[in-house]
Amino acid sequence: MTETFYEVLRRQGITRRSFMKFCSLTATSLGLGSAFVPKIAHALETKPRTPVIWLHGLECTCCSESFIRSAHPLTKDVVLSMLSLDYDDTLMAAAGHQAEAIIEEVKKKYKGNYIVAVEGNPPLNEDGMYCIHGGRPFVEVLKETCADAKAIISWGACASYGCVQAAKPNPTRATPVHKVITDKPIVRVPGCPPIAEVMTGVVTYMLTFDRIPELDRQGRPKMFYGQRIHDKCYRRPHFDAGQFVENWDDDAARKGYCLYKMGCKGPTTYNACSSMRWNGGVSWPVQSGHGCIGCSEEGFWDKGSFYDRVTDIKQFGVESNADKVGGTAAGVVGAAVAAHAAVTALARARARPGEDQNSGEK
Amino acid sequence: MLSQQDMLEAERHGRQVRSIYVYEAPVRLWHWINALAVVVLAVSGYFIGKPLPTMPGEASDNFLMGYIRFAHFAAAYIFAVGLLGRVYWAFVGNHHARQIFRLPITNAHWWSEVFFELRWYLFLEKQPKKYVGHNPMAQLMMFFFFTILAVGMLCTGFALYSEGLGLGSWADTLFGWVLPLLGGSMQVHSLHRLGMWIMMSFVVVHVYAAIREDIMSRQSLISTMISGWRMFKD
Repeated sequence: MTETFYEVLRRQGITRRSFMKFCSLTATSLGLGSAFVPKIAHALETKPRTPVIWLHGLECTCCSESFIRSAHPLTKDVVLSMLSLDYDDTLMAAAGHQAEAIIEEVKKKYKGNYIVAVEGNPPLNEDGMYCIHGGRPFVEVLKETCADAKAIISWGACASYGCVQAAKPNPTRATPVHKVITDKPIVRVPGCPPIAEVMTGVVTYMLTFDRIPELDRQGRPKMFYGQRIHDKCYRRPHFDAGQFVENWDDDAARKGYCLYKMGCKGPTTYNACSSMRWNGGVSWPVQSGHGCIGCSEEGFWDKGSFYDRVTDIKQFGVESNADKVGGTAAGVVGAAVAAHAAVTALARARARPGEDQNSGEK
Repeated sequence: MLSQQDMLEAERHGRQVRSIYVYEAPVRLWHWINALAVVVLAVSGYFIGKPLPTMPGEASDNFLMGYIRFAHFAAAYIFAVGLLGRVYWAFVGNHHARQIFRLPITNAHWWSEVFFELRWYLFLEKQPKKYVGHNPMAQLMMFFFFTILAVGMLCTGFALYSEGLGLGSWADTLFGWVLPLLGGSMQVHSLHRLGMWIMMSFVVVHVYAAIREDIMSRQSLISTMISGWRMFKD
């Protein structure tokens, strides 16, 4: 049996007195009466920690790299005390058959009551042979593991949208998790990688409240993906003022003006970078002078250059942006109209002498 | 030669048809307000995507992008409210008010008129026909390049507007679904801009055709949108 929250707290040297104080405070802050204090205490004393299985498909492990750098809460607290990370092939000590046996064990013991966190995605071409996990196609492992899960977390752009391995022409047919697993609640945490604190925040929320956070239309937690980078960007006043960096080395770049004209995707990207920043709040892309590349948006590799604002639209098969296509169309229409007008004038001039048909008809 | 519908109407007005009241006041008013809104939208929209050269001085002394975006959003509201009013008038106004919303595609005679107009514009017909409302070719054009396009621009436009208003806002509730449907915010921006260019192409053709037909097809067009009366010149 996994430890309960209470057991973990006691093991970490927290007294029962402090634990009861915590329960009282929690009840008060949730607006509950004093009768709820023993109930909360009881829940924390008896409820086993939720086991998490962390799977790796086609990915680069940047999500794990980000995750282990979380500062609030510290990853050690998340991994060692809050979450029971029973299986994560990059972080766990066990290997080989010993490791694989854990998945089976968790599936049996916590049927319908564990969380699967997926980093990367399954490739479907050639029966999934482009990603082999423990001697079997990853897609099979994913389907089996998710079959009895309570909920699934799709870590990063890979699991959420497909990311670079799904960029055109997507030779392995890398497919985001929600298109393979369709019968479970899925929380998408996009980004390449997602912000560490966003990752631990989502996990903490799910373990504390025993439910998935409120999601938007695309299945992303509203609390972190509810606003665009642009909405909270500290350079936003320069955007509103019409002050832009025009070249990477111009005066405006040194003054920290808006990077909109340099192709910043902040206005089209939903993420928490501009409010939470990276590496424990040290900095983030725009603060270090480079525009956002929109890594938490669907198919960001296929949406044209990172350095144009009016960028290429790939649907037309050729690389061309709205201004080129539309401007050309408007130009052609204008030229056609001019030519048409010229022909009309000519025809009229030629017909005029001695014609008078119009008035003759009356 | 008048079309059947127009013949009946012409007869009701007596044998010697000189002029017919076509566009009622709300339609005319909408046309010109709408035209103005479209111009403001196109110009401000162009500069939102490709902003003007950078402004000197402190950020707190300038608000250029803010004003441009304000103009765009204000004109968009006028455009949207105008279109709603115009849809309402299609129900309560005369039958000409319904032309840009409904195509009589099951009417074979109407299609033959479309092709007649096509031949006329290709210089294959010597004599133009007279129509009380839009000619069928123009009607087809209005339907696809104005009505449908305008609805598309409203949906994509308010979807983009909802990004600023935030989740749960009215624009998000009504139009937020457009963003994931079309493949994300960036894609919607691109398509919205493409729509602007199509609208501009339409404006060029529309203005040209109106002037040309005013001269060539023995009936008034431009003054009709001001006075409401279609004058037949012969």
